[in-house]
Amino acid sequence: MAVSDTATESAAIGPPPATTGFLGWMRKNLFSNVWNTLLTIVCAYLIIRIVPPLVSWLFLDATWGEAAPQQCRAAEGACWAFVTEKHRVILFGRYPFLEHWRPLLGICVLLTVVLTSCFRRCWRPWIALVWIGGLGAFFVLMFGGDVPIGLRAAAAAAAGAFLIATLRSSGSTRSLLFGATALFALLALAAGPIFRVIDGVLNAAFGTGPLLAGATGIWFEIPTGLGFVSTSLWGGLPLTLLLSILGIVVAFPLAILLALGRRSKMPLIRMFCVGYIEVIRGVPLISLLFVGSFLLPLFLPRGVEISDLLRAQVAIIGFSAAYLAEVIRGGLQAIPRGQFEAADALGLSYWQKMAKIVLPQAITIVIPPIVNTFIGLFKDTSLVSIVSLTDLLLATKDIALADVDWRAFYAEGYAFIALIYFVFCFFMSKYSQYLERQFETGRQKRR
Amino acid sequence: MQPIITMRGVDKWYGQFHVLKGINLDVQPKERIVICGPSGSGKSTLIRCINRLEEHQKGQIVVDGVELTNDLKHIEQIRREVGMVFQHFNLFPHMTVLENLALAPIWVRKMPKAEAEERAMFYLKRVRIAEQAKKYPGQLSGGQQQRVAIARSLCMNPKIMLFDEPTSALDPEMIKEVLDVMIELAKEGMTMLCVTHEMGFAKSVANRVIFMDQGQIVEQNEPHEFFNNPQSDRTKLFLSQILGH
Repeated sequence: MAVSDTATESAAIGPPPATTGFLGWMRKNLFSNVWNTLLTIVCAYLIIRIVPPLVSWLFLDATWGEAAPQQCRAAEGACWAFVTEKHRVILFGRYPFLEHWRPLLGICVLLTVVLTSCFRRCWRPWIALVWIGGLGAFFVLMFGGDVPIGLRAAAAAAAGAFLIATLRSSGSTRSLLFGATALFALLALAAGPIFRVIDGVLNAAFGTGPLLAGATGIWFEIPTGLGFVSTSLWGGLPLTLLLSILGIVVAFPLAILLALGRRSKMPLIRMFCVGYIEVIRGVPLISLLFVGSFLLPLFLPRGVEISDLLRAQVAIIGFSAAYLAEVIRGGLQAIPRGQFEAADALGLSYWQKMAKIVLPQAITIVIPPIVNTFIGLFKDTSLVSIVSLTDLLLATKDIALADVDWRAFYAEGYAFIALIYFVFCFFMSKYSQYLERQFETGRQKRR
Repeated sequence: MQPIITMRGVDKWYGQFHVLKGINLDVQPKERIVICGPSGSGKSTLIRCINRLEEHQKGQIVVDGVELTNDLKHIEQIRREVGMVFQHFNLFPHMTVLENLALAPIWVRKMPKAEAEERAMFYLKRVRIAEQAKKYPGQLSGGQQQRVAIARSLCMNPKIMLFDEPTSALDPEMIKEVLDVMIELAKEGMTMLCVTHEMGFAKSVANRVIFMDQGQIVEQNEPHEFFNNPQSDRTKLFLSQILGH
């Protein structure tokens, strides 16, 4: 009896008033002491002053759909009619207006390739084919004209043959073959620029003139039936996406090599990697872009031209690779010595040890800072506007806002591209969290 | 019989510190050697020189007819034939147990994946842990991890097994399960070099016990003689300290 008494008694005692529920939460988090109470009041004031006007400017008083600039000026709120009117030049820059479906389709192809590669179960050798195909399709769409096939076809065929061999082999031959596949695929994709660079060097040394560049299409060219559009007319979102996606995809493996090289026991390789990383990190991206677009042409022999786009792309890749290399080196340093020793003791070669044991663990550790670098790279692509490449930002500023009637609505224009940037950056940050969860499963305890 | 490991006048320094001083050692095939000694005596360094995790600076080491030099080919050749078990297991945490075991056969021995996994399962059964094949190392106890580590080495069909204090990072109740596996291995005729303080294991399994101090082999003998009739004072002191408690 006595037992049940105490039981009912203790059950009857509820929590002290106002430590639970909404009031309790407020008391605990917003008004726990004088300082917090003050802060709460100040914040509440700011929110009341800022949010309602912002909402009415953005949505309630805004002019939506199609409208004349006069209507916009009469209205109190944002002029989204400006975006409706100008979204095509913002998104595609100077690209010929009637051909806008090409960059649009190109963006879709690029994004499909990227999204496919995001799934862990797609991380198989065949993803290389998806990338080659996707990038190839993108360039064909964007360039149009006659696609020189000649040597490219040979390189593509070689890449295909090596890929089939890769899929059938195992062990270290597999990695070798896969390397060959990647090399030939790169050659197939970028035959033009690669040959032009080789031409440049050969011409400077021996005065041979354009030797190889013409050979890209030495056998035949396939007419696409689309008008040729040179890279100087590319712009807007496809340009931003191309610069950042290729930047990420090429800089990442380069960065791994640089990071490994910096820890190499071979003094020459180590010195080169340290030198490269320190020099590039010591220089702002803007100056690299300037060097690429204004200084480099002075050294190139006459007749050899490399497009502004390619030069900016190379600058971005080289720049991000240096930063990424240091991030990855941080990950490498976090791997316990025992992991290296165990791999050595099993007889794994250096590259097997790195590829199978060390890098997978090191990169998992540094996923957050890697994605950080990628997000930075994505936003840094807007710097190419200073070498007059019409990326999203410059397309908004120089083309959309160049129209006298609409000049007043810059805030709306910038808000629109800010939204685009935000969507991509937000996706990257969410994806990094997904990756971290993926790799965390089943091994919470790390040695 | 031709010794499978020969060490002749091996010296090694860490900076100024002389860890190994003129080590001479011959190991016959199927021999089971226990190496003991106080910490810092160079016993771990000694066996780590055998598969070149440490580099010796003077003298000659020949393993299975191949001399250890800076030649990477020789080193890899020797490492394929020499298995090693570490104090801290050093399993690969990002791979399942099965992947840990199949990795080296696939990549080093160029074995087809299915065959490598079959072999992995075979050795997992031998260390009585087959049901854990799909788990990650972090989900296993210390004793289980060490048995996986032993199985991982065995998957390479090594001619020699090196054990570097395999039980000193384990909780006491897990030591036996690991020692049992090692005893079985010894019975099957594996050449073993084992750095350990498990004197029971030394008495029952070893056919030679080596005592090291300050980088030198002070005394070596068959276990019965070693424990009952130690020759040097240093050995007597060491034995009284570790057997006394």
